[in-house]
Amino acid sequence: MSIQLSGLRAWTIQRISAIYIALFTLAVMVAVLFNGMPEDHQAWRALLSSPFINLSVMAFFLALLLHAWVGARDVIIDYVHPLGARFTVLALAAVFLIVCGLWAARLLLNLF
Amino acid sequence: MNSTLKRPRFLDLTKIRLPLPGIVSILHRISGVLMILAIPFLIWLLELAVSGQAAYEQAAAVADSLLFKLAAAVILWSLCHHLVAGIRYLLLDIDIGIERKQARQSAVGVFVISIALTILFLGVIW
Repeated sequence: MSIQLSGLRAWTIQRISAIYIALFTLAVMVAVLFNGMPEDHQAWRALLSSPFINLSVMAFFLALLLHAWVGARDVIIDYVHPLGARFTVLALAAVFLIVCGLWAARLLLNLF
Repeated sequence: MNSTLKRPRFLDLTKIRLPLPGIVSILHRISGVLMILAIPFLIWLLELAVSGQAAYEQAAAVADSLLFKLAAAVILWSLCHHLVAGIRYLLLDIDIGIERKQARQSAVGVFVISIALTILFLGVIW
């Protein structure tokens, strides 16, 4: 399996995604402090339709889901010991994150 | 390997006194899990915000409810704690602040900065 997320690869993806998410979040925090939140639906649309913002948010969701998967996997493996239960909870977490990812992708692609 | 079986075990969670860096660590986990559970709500609100004025007003009404604000406060704290503690871990990864004394001081710093950030942004969203 070359796409499995474990060991050093998971560790590396966790850190790289963490750095992107942290920079993105800090940028959003600074923007909210200085500009406030978008005031109405037109402002939200305009914001998320700008290609730079749209792509940054898309990359954010990709990084978020990878980061969430590695973190959830660590937590589940630490606390859920019976193999059947562990497999079930891991599968539920994977489906949950993939559905979130597809949902966010549809939302952002519609605005691109 | 037999000797490992005789190690003393002390796993009474109500009596273990976790050092401060340990508390930062367990809260890093809890805040991470809380935020994962909040992801669908984030996307849902984002979708409402861009789906027309009526939907936007629905989202604004949801965001105005006390229940939402309490949940948002928990998630906001989760974000601030996870972010600040996460930066601390990234620094520890590259051997910055790895000594016990510094590690304990930076754990205090995580609480101070993350709670201050939470209060600051609570003022913005409340």
